[in-house]
Amino acid sequence: MFLKDYFTTIFKSTKSLLTGMKLTGYYFTHPKEIKTEQYPDNRATLTMFDRFKGEVVMPHDEKNEHRCTGCQACEIACPNGTIKIITKQELQPDGKKKKAIDTFVYHLELCTMCNMCVVACPSDAIKMAQTFEHSVYDKKSLKKVLNKPGSKIMEGVE
Amino acid sequence: MELLILFRNQRLILHLHFKTNTVNQFLTISFSSIAAAIHNWLALSIPNETLVKVIDLTITGVLLLGFLVILCFFLGYMERKVAGFMQARYGPNRVGPYGSLQIVADTVKLLFKEGLTPKASDKFLFHLAPVIIVVASLLVMAPIAFASNFQIWDISIGVLYMSSVSSIAVIGILMAGYSSYNKYSLLGAMRSGAQIVSYELSVGLSLIAIVILSGSLQLSHIVESQRDGWWIYKGHLPIIISFVIFLIASTAEINRAPFDLAEAEQELTAGFHTEYSGMKFAMFLLAEYINLFVVSAIAATIFFGGWMPFHLGHWEAFNHIMNFIPGFIWFFGKTFFIIFIIMQFRWTFPRLRVDQLLTLEWKYLLPISMVNTILVTVMAIMGWHF
Repeated sequence: MFLKDYFTTIFKSTKSLLTGMKLTGYYFTHPKEIKTEQYPDNRATLTMFDRFKGEVVMPHDEKNEHRCTGCQACEIACPNGTIKIITKQELQPDGKKKKAIDTFVYHLELCTMCNMCVVACPSDAIKMAQTFEHSVYDKKSLKKVLNKPGSKIMEGVE
Repeated sequence: MELLILFRNQRLILHLHFKTNTVNQFLTISFSSIAAAIHNWLALSIPNETLVKVIDLTITGVLLLGFLVILCFFLGYMERKVAGFMQARYGPNRVGPYGSLQIVADTVKLLFKEGLTPKASDKFLFHLAPVIIVVASLLVMAPIAFASNFQIWDISIGVLYMSSVSSIAVIGILMAGYSSYNKYSLLGAMRSGAQIVSYELSVGLSLIAIVILSGSLQLSHIVESQRDGWWIYKGHLPIIISFVIFLIASTAEINRAPFDLAEAEQELTAGFHTEYSGMKFAMFLLAEYINLFVVSAIAATIFFGGWMPFHLGHWEAFNHIMNFIPGFIWFFGKTFFIIFIIMQFRWTFPRLRVDQLLTLEWKYLLPISMVNTILVTVMAIMGWHF
């Protein structure tokens, strides 16, 4: 019984070692399996995966309209105080006043890309972009205003 | 084709006579003829016999050191490339074409680093340890046959010499660990001591298998005995077993992964060479690669016939075709094949724990190699090998 165990151990371990060597041998002989992205060289063709979170952006359409109502849900949801929304009262054509955003301030240097603001937004006004080359020489240039100058809210977004 | 070297008015004139009638004469242009020509020239131009000997030895030493430095550069590059490809990445590919100058860049970096000595260390032993390790691995190079009749010292007890001198390195490792005044270094050194002392046995027993079959300890005789086929082919299963045991045990003896408990990056930071920096650290690296080469060269010589081309029994035509490939290509081909296998071990297997290490040696490798020795002896007596 002891001898049987002894030899079984030898054969099993040899087999498992050979399995490992087979895999590394496969990788060695198949350079196509290489996963490395040679980053600065392939900048033109580099595509990040879908869930990659680089920074918060506010998409604008061709008429320079965004979907942000200025509800400040993102500002409340943000754990770091990254987002600061300054609102204003805008006069509607029918004479009523309506709340709208004046500036959507986004501090990239505080952001941890946790995605909570995007989840909290009721009108899908902001999303995560896939850019990641954020290094700058001055911290101040990381403070960004997301709504473009002269933009206004899209029709039908409440 | 025969090579005549004549010296007239201090000028070297090569007369190459092409004779294509026999294969054997083609083989006369070789490392051994070049070495003999250089020696003859020295003997002719310098009357003093002792001086000739000294110059001969100096040339040999310089050539060997130069060869080893180039070899270490190449092995370092090869290891990193092999590691890269086995882990589905590229390895170094920025410095020089395909990253081939990466090791040169690393060496330049090491040259400029400060050679720090810990204040509480044992200064004499601390500086001596890397030298001993390098010297021990250099000594083992002496009886290795690179090509036909081309070896530094054809000592009659070659196998014994190599297996005993290669274990001197453990003194260097113990010295380095002890003198560093660092508990991790000391732990690494003690582990290395236990490891090398244990695995020495299996290495010796697996080498003995071939010594029994060839009936000689001299490496040139062992190579010559494989003229009608390499031992791994002539010796059937027992020799294959002893080859596998030799590979495992010698990987352990040169402290390479999966047996790198002595340096164990993750647990002991770097084991016995934690405190070394700059060129002293580079000497440890140098010794590691020389050891890797030496172990592979021994395996290639003992089991795969060294510089002997691939011969099959009495198939004269086939053997003649194989003879066209020069011996040193065979030698380096086999050696690098074994180096590649040992590198693959390193990048495939996880490191063993200390108790697993000792279990593997004392419960598995040693009994198997003892039984294997008996098998080989019976085989040699009965003449069952080819």
